[in-house]
Amino acid sequence: MKSYLSPLTTLQGFGRYPQQQGYIYTPLSTRECQDHLPNLTMPCITQGMGRSYGDSALAEHVINTQQLDALLAFNPATGQLRCNAGVTLAELLSVFVPKGWFLPITPGTQFVTVGGAIASDVHGKNHHHDGCFSECVASLEVLLADGDTLTCSRSQHAELFHSTCGGMGLTGIILTATLHLKPIQSTAIMQTTLKARHLTEALDLFASQDQATYSVAWIDCLAQGKSLGRSLLMLGEHESGGTLHTVKSSNVSVPFDMPHLLLNRYSIRAFNTLYYARIRGQSVQQRVHYQPFFYPLDRIQHWNRLYGRNGFVQYQLVLPQDAGKEGLHTILRHIAASGRGSFLAVLKALGAENNNLLSFPLKGYTLALDFKLTPDLLPFLDELDARVLDFHGRIYLAKDARMKASVFKRSYPRWEMFQAIRAQYGSLGRFASLQSRRLGLD
Amino acid sequence: MQKLLIIGATSAIAKATARRFASQGAHIYLLARDAARLADLAADLTVRGAASAHVATLDANAIAEYPSVLNTAIQTLGGIDIVLIAHGTLSNQNACEQDINLTLQEFTTNALSVIALLTHLANYCEQQQHGTLAVISSVAGDRGRQSNYIYGTAKGAVSIFLQGLRNRLHKHGVHVLTIKPGFVNTPMTAAFKKGILWAEPDTIAAGIVMAIEKQRDVVYLPFWWRYILLIIRAIPERLFKRLSL
Ligand SMILES: Cc1cc2nc3c(=O)[nH]c(=O)nc-3n(C[C@H](O)[C@H](O)[C@H](O)COP(=O)(O)OP(=O)(O)OC[C@H]3O[C@@H](n4cnc5c(N)ncnc54)[C@H](O)[C@@H]3O)c2cc1C
Ligand SMILES: NC(=O)c1ccc[n+]([C@@H]2O[C@H](COP(=O)([O-])OP(=O)(O)OC[C@H]3O[C@@H](n4cnc5c(N)ncnc54)[C@H](OP(=O)(O)O)[C@@H]3O)[C@@H](O)[C@H]2O)c1
Repeated sequence: MKSYLSPLTTLQGFGRYPQQQGYIYTPLSTRECQDHLPNLTMPCITQGMGRSYGDSALAEHVINTQQLDALLAFNPATGQLRCNAGVTLAELLSVFVPKGWFLPITPGTQFVTVGGAIASDVHGKNHHHDGCFSECVASLEVLLADGDTLTCSRSQHAELFHSTCGGMGLTGIILTATLHLKPIQSTAIMQTTLKARHLTEALDLFASQDQATYSVAWIDCLAQGKSLGRSLLMLGEHESGGTLHTVKSSNVSVPFDMPHLLLNRYSIRAFNTLYYARIRGQSVQQRVHYQPFFYPLDRIQHWNRLYGRNGFVQYQLVLPQDAGKEGLHTILRHIAASGRGSFLAVLKALGAENNNLLSFPLKGYTLALDFKLTPDLLPFLDELDARVLDFHGRIYLAKDARMKASVFKRSYPRWEMFQAIRAQYGSLGRFASLQSRRLGLD
Repeated sequence: MQKLLIIGATSAIAKATARRFASQGAHIYLLARDAARLADLAADLTVRGAASAHVATLDANAIAEYPSVLNTAIQTLGGIDIVLIAHGTLSNQNACEQDINLTLQEFTTNALSVIALLTHLANYCEQQQHGTLAVISSVAGDRGRQSNYIYGTAKGAVSIFLQGLRNRLHKHGVHVLTIKPGFVNTPMTAAFKKGILWAEPDTIAAGIVMAIEKQRDVVYLPFWWRYILLIIRAIPERLFKRLSL
């Protein structure tokens, strides 16, 4: 049997909202993918591990890359790896960590594909120093709608490279990527946890701890008044001594959808209070394995079921540095007052913006929150959008499930250039997701 | 280092198994019919640590080509420690019922080709007085059911052939392993709705590697399929024939 087409399936992203009926085509080789695309009569979108929260990988016809999972070449002298785009970061780590190599950039879950990490130009806890995932990408092979495959990099078809990195699958299908891995001596991370009593203290800590390789803060988004924005700031450094053992961590799973009422402002407030109180001193140091440090949620399979059958929306915004303090206060106050809370809301200082046309990060602060889907959530998020725009910020497309086209176009000013490049490469009308249609990127 | 020959190497289960052997540094020779996928897989196994990864194309139904293809493989590897036979097609039962040629072709792919391959390879292993012959059969071969008895018959034939072979080769130090997976999420089963009984290819691969190491005779993968099949086989035919299975 050759490549295969699924039966009509209900497709959804990690937030399980929205849903779309569609067919998933799974090519078994890049060649099959090349043969399939020109003959397709409807627009399609590529899907990796489906870990984007919203509708960026949803369409009636989805091309899944899970079988395009070959590691093609590795140079142990330089750490340069060529692989297919369907390889997951988890797989890369399991192969290369024992050989002393690590991902230079990694998001908060290892269950994403290389293609997905490039298409969302994902960022990690070291963004303030090392930038987005595209920083470790030397070149890409992109399959265009007409079936041609182009190699692009910063020097070759540069405009295709800069619109494919962060381009949410809308230029073409990334078939292979050439990446640089980074050497490590140990799988251990020295983690330092610092307590911040309120938002100003948290932002000051980000500034004073800027030298840390990795930094991120968990923030209690239900705390109000003087405690508004109280946080735990977590810093990390690779250890130099130790071993390169990958642990096969024991997983737990959320077996079914939790009842609607389980996650409410009281349970979340109780959780947040306990979580904050967990760290007693001003600063606590621990040596931890990289897995719990980078991927704390990966141990709980299907944790998205905690939000019940209706799903949830993740809302991640960034505000520029100068607007940051005031803007975050305003937005956090608005959220705390609404009583809508989120387990594990995350705050991070980001580094400079890059040249990719739709990349999310800006020099400033990013805040990521989960909101359970309720009937009045969407209007509430529109209010938040308005505030984000007031402070010249924007919303992360990898998490987005509901932003209006007008908000997108104001906050991603390079969108017109993006569309022009898509037109040049024949991508318009051929690659489309629920998200791209919603955002007016037809 | 172990010398491994895989037939039907592009199968999802075979690929996952090959990756596990590659990370142990094995020499691997891959046979399958899609040259492009074979080339990618060979590169992949090399990156993962295989001492060598060679490929050649072979259609399992081209039985006349076996002697030369297998000889080249054995010479390239310089002997064989482990053979894994993994190719197969999930026959379309309804279509087979209406088409004798299709039925015979399915039987050739799933049973006769395996028997033919093993006839060559068993003789080679017997002569070298060692080696493992690991073959993917199926739980479907344990009892005939109306929904897939063409496929089941072929797998059943393979399982019985392997029993005989094991009995013959045991005294020659050759290990014969019958692998009976349950439902596995692979391209072969893409059209099925998946549920709690389904396993991932790498889970099956882990079981195969373990069974080869421990020189097991017959393994159900995952292991609890043994008990499901125990029950299914225990149902009296008088009753079984009335069930819609
Ligand atoms: C628990 C969790 C934590 C996360 N933490 C972070 C984080 O810290 N930082 C961060 O930046 N993100 C984070 N994310 C988001 C995640 O990294 C991105 O959504 C990523 O794109 C998902 O990759 P995927 O393979 O699942 O792609 P999918 O979700 O399947 O697809 C995402 C987008 O990529 C496109 N795409 C996928 N593969 C290809 C390809 N081969 N060619 C072209 N386009 C392609 C799709 O069309 C779609 O637009 C997190 C997500 C989760 C669930
Ligand atoms: N998946 C299950 O639920 C399940 C359960 C029990 C047993 N099994 C058995 O497990 C084995 C592996 O299957 P899988 O699940 O891994 O499915 P798969 O990925 O579809 O693999 C089947 C392989 O068989 C190959 N093949 C088919 N006809 C061939 C021929 N004439 N010549 C050469 N190769 C041929 C295919 O090659 P092409 O790609 O070139 O077609 C493919 O690589 C099979 O024997 C199957 O019967 C599977």
